[in-house]
Amino acid sequence: MPRIIKQRVEFEGRVEERNVVIEGDDLPVWPAGERFQVIGTPVTRVDGAQRAGGTARYTADLYPAGVLHGAILRSPHPHARIRALRTSRAEQAPGVRLVLSHRNTDAIPWYNGMSRIFDTELRYVGDEVALVVADDAAAARDALDLIEVEYEPLPHVIDPLEAIRPGAPQVHPQGNVLGGAPERYARGDVEQGFLAADAIVELDVTTPDVLHHSMETHGSVAWWEGDTLVIWDSTQHIFGVRRQVAAALRIPLDRVRVLSPFMGGGFGGKNNAGKHTVLAALASRRLGRPVRIVFTRAEESQAAGKRPRSVQRIRVGARSDGTLVAIDYWGVSSIGAYRAIGTPLAGPATELYACPNVRAETLNVFTHTGPAAAFRAPGYVEGTCALECAIEALADQLEIDPLELRLRNYAEADQVLGRPYSSKFLREAYAMGARAIGWERRALTPRSPVRDGPPRRGLGMATQLWGGSGSAPAYAEVRLNPDGTAEVRIGTQDIGTGTKTALTQIAAEVLTLPVGKVTLSLGDTDFPYSPLSAGSQTLASCGPAVRMAADEARRHLIDAAASLLEVAPEDVRLEGGRLFVAGVPERGLAIAELTGQIGNFTIAGRGFRGPNPDGVTIRTWGAQFAEVEVDPETGEVSVLRIVACHDVGRVINPLQYQSQIHGGVIQGLGMALREEHVTDPETGAVLDLGFDAYAVPRITGIPEIVALAVDKPDPIANNLGVKGVGEPPIIPTPAAIANAVANALGVRVTSFPITPAKVRAELGRRA
Amino acid sequence: MRVRVRVNGAWRTAEVWPGASLLALLRDALGLCGSKNACEQGECGSCSVWLDGELVCACLVLAAQADGREVRTVEGLTTGEDLHPVQRAFVEAGAVQCGFCTPGFVVAVVDLLSRDPDPDEPRIREALSGNLCRCTGYQKILDAVRLAASKLGGSSP
Repeated sequence: MPRIIKQRVEFEGRVEERNVVIEGDDLPVWPAGERFQVIGTPVTRVDGAQRAGGTARYTADLYPAGVLHGAILRSPHPHARIRALRTSRAEQAPGVRLVLSHRNTDAIPWYNGMSRIFDTELRYVGDEVALVVADDAAAARDALDLIEVEYEPLPHVIDPLEAIRPGAPQVHPQGNVLGGAPERYARGDVEQGFLAADAIVELDVTTPDVLHHSMETHGSVAWWEGDTLVIWDSTQHIFGVRRQVAAALRIPLDRVRVLSPFMGGGFGGKNNAGKHTVLAALASRRLGRPVRIVFTRAEESQAAGKRPRSVQRIRVGARSDGTLVAIDYWGVSSIGAYRAIGTPLAGPATELYACPNVRAETLNVFTHTGPAAAFRAPGYVEGTCALECAIEALADQLEIDPLELRLRNYAEADQVLGRPYSSKFLREAYAMGARAIGWERRALTPRSPVRDGPPRRGLGMATQLWGGSGSAPAYAEVRLNPDGTAEVRIGTQDIGTGTKTALTQIAAEVLTLPVGKVTLSLGDTDFPYSPLSAGSQTLASCGPAVRMAADEARRHLIDAAASLLEVAPEDVRLEGGRLFVAGVPERGLAIAELTGQIGNFTIAGRGFRGPNPDGVTIRTWGAQFAEVEVDPETGEVSVLRIVACHDVGRVINPLQYQSQIHGGVIQGLGMALREEHVTDPETGAVLDLGFDAYAVPRITGIPEIVALAVDKPDPIANNLGVKGVGEPPIIPTPAAIANAVANALGVRVTSFPITPAKVRAELGRRA
Repeated sequence: MRVRVRVNGAWRTAEVWPGASLLALLRDALGLCGSKNACEQGECGSCSVWLDGELVCACLVLAAQADGREVRTVEGLTTGEDLHPVQRAFVEAGAVQCGFCTPGFVVAVVDLLSRDPDPDEPRIREALSGNLCRCTGYQKILDAVRLAASKLGGSSP
C-alpha cells in the first residue's frame, strides 16, 4: 500500500521537509563485503561509442526539418527602464519571421515572480529584451541591431558591499538583501568561547565570480505536435523544465514532453528552465515550426549563471592543545540580479568541526550583475576556503600539525541538527590521503616571509563535507525482451557524469546479465520520474530505484522458472544469466530460453527509491592534499600534485569515480589560481565574453592527481550504500592549494584566485 | 552563395550565407554535427577538422574558403560501426565524460599521432593545448593518447 511520509531532506546545503510517497518496503542494504560481478568494476561508458564517434545528438545538434533560429537581444545597461521599443525594421529584415518582446508577449512571471519573461525594467547587462526568430542564425543575429530601443538608464550597484550600504540603488523593491535580513545561526556563546582561547586567528577571505562554462552552452529546441509541446533541452532536470514551461504557457503537464538524452555538462548552471526555453516554445507556437535557441559563448558568459563572489570574515579560537573553543563566521554572497535561494556559505563553519560555540551570519545580496546559479557545491567551496585556511593558520600559530589539529576536533555527530551521522569515514580518508602525499614531509611553515631565492615547495590540505545522500522520490522500470536482453527506463538525465553507465551496472548486477545485454534509456519525461541531477544526488536517488525494479523483474523470472522447472521459487537460483534448481545446476535454463517462451515484456519490474533513514544526517566526507612550488621572485604557483580521498559510500564504478575526482579537482584548481569572471563596476559590462578572456584550465597546466576512495558502503543511507561524488572533489581544492602556498612562503593569500601579483603583493605587505 | 566541398570523400554542395563558417556549413547545412560549436572563436578546439589535411578550427574558416577543397571530420574516422583506434582509446581510458569536447580532442589526437606516433608527455600537452574540456580534468585524456599511441604501434602505454 502506498503511504506518504514526511522526510527532512538535505539538498545543496539546505534542509527541507518534503512529503514522499512510499509504495512498499525497501530492499535491505547490500552489506559491506557483498560480492559483486559488475558493481565495483571499471565499466567503460555504455554510450562511449556515440559520444566519441560524434554521433550522439545533443540539444545543440538538433536541427529538425523546417527549424527556425532564435537570437536574443540583451540589455546593454546594468539597470535601465525600456521607454520605447520598435521592432518594425527588424521584422522586415530578410529571413526574419518573428520578433517577440514585452509588447507582444504575455507578462509571464519569471525568477520566482521577481521579474517576467520580458521585463521593462532591466537589471543586468545581458537581461533579455527581445527575441528574433529567422531562417538562419546569422539572419536572426543581424536583425538584433535593427530593433530600436530607448533605454532610461537607472542607478546601478555592482559591488555587494556597496549594495548593502544605506542609500544604495535598489535591485528589487524589497531591498538588496535576499529575504530582507541575514541568515543567522548560533550555538553556545561565542564571546565566552574566545575568552577561553589561547590562540585566535582572524582571516578575511574573498572568492571570485566563477563561470560554469560547460562545453555545451544553454539551449532549447521546441516544436508542437498538435497541442503537445516537445522540447529538447540541455538541462539537469527534464521534469523541472516540464513543470516550469507548462506553468509559463498555462498548459497541462501531459501536453509537454521534455527530452535530454545527451547533455554536454551543467555543473549546476542548468538546474532550471531558462527564459530561452519558454521563448522557443512561444515562438514555435506562433510560427508553427520548430524553433532552436542555443546560446553563444558570450551569452553563456553574461547570462547563464555563475558561482557568486563571496566576501567572508572568519575568526577561530582554540586552546593551546588545539581544541576549538569558538568559530565566528560572517559571509556575503553576491547573488546577482535574480536568485530565489541563498548561498549556504556557513555550512562548513557550522558543522565540520566539533566546537561548542559557533555563530554565523550570511547575507545574500542582490547586485546589478548576471544572476547567480548553483555551481558544483554552491557555498561550500567558498565557505571551505575560509574555514580550512583559518584552521591551517591556527595550526601554524599553535605549532600543531594541521592534520593533527583537525583530528583533535573531529565531529562525531551533527552538531547543527543534533543527531548522529549515518556514517563517517573521514579518519580513513585523512589517513589514506596523508600516506599518499607523504604528509610527514611537510616542513614547518616559515615564521617570516620568504621573499626571494629559488622556488619553494609547500604542502597543504583541506577537508570537505557535503550532502549527496539523494532521496525519494525516484522511480525506474525494467522489462525483459524475448531474447533475454533487458531494458531500463528512468526519467533522469546523464549530464556527463556517467549516470547511464552506473545505473546500467546496477540492473545488470541484479539480473546477472552482462552490461551489454542491458539497455538503459533516460532523458525523457515519458519515463518514470527522477529528480534534478544536482546536489550529488543522482546515483543515490536513482540507483536504489533501479535496483528495486531489477529485483522485481528478477523475482518474476524466478517465479516463472519455478513453474517451468516444477519446483518452489525458493529452490530456484539465478546466476550468470541462468535459472536453475538449487544444488542441481544442470536442471535449469538461460534467461533467454525462459523469456523466449513467454513473450515481450511479460517479465517486468518497477522500483522506487525508499525513504532516507530517520533521525540521522547523511554526509559525504573527504580530504585533499596539495603539493605546490612557488617562485617567490615572480609569485607564480605551480601545483605539482593533488591527492584526493573521499568517503562517498560504496563505489559503483571506480573509473567514473576517478573521473569525477579529476574533473572536480581541476575546476577547483582553476578557481584557486586563475579563473575570475569580471564585471566592470562602471558600466556593469562583462569583460570576459569567451575562452580568450576567461581562464578555463588547459591540459598544459594540470598536475598529477591521485584519486583514492575509502569505498565503504553507508550501512543505512539507501539500499545500495552509495552517496554522491559529483561535488565533493571541488570543495577542498582551493583551500588545500592556498594552504600549500602559505606553507611554502610563510605568507597567506586569502583572496582567490591566488595570482602571482597577489602573492608578490602579500610578500611586499609583510616586508 | 553556393559552395562545393569534398567531405569525408564525398562531394557535397550547399547554399550558404557568404559570411558562414565552415562549421556552420558542416552542422547547419550538411547535418554533420560531430564537430561541435562551443566557442566560435578558435579557443576550444571542439570543432577541429582537417582542411586539405591541415588541422583547423572549422569556426575560424569561411565556408567559402573550403570551396573545392577536401574536408575530413570526426565522422570520417569511423568505418561503419567501427570506431577509430583513437576513439576506442578515449572510451577505454575513461576519457569521455559529457563528451561534447571529445570529437575535437579525437581529431587533434589523430592528427598528432599521424605526425608523431610516439609523442612524449610535453608533446601531447602542447598538441592538445588548444582543446578545452570542462569535465575530465584531462588526466584520462593523457591516458587515452598513450593508449592510442600503443594501439597504433607506438610505444607501450
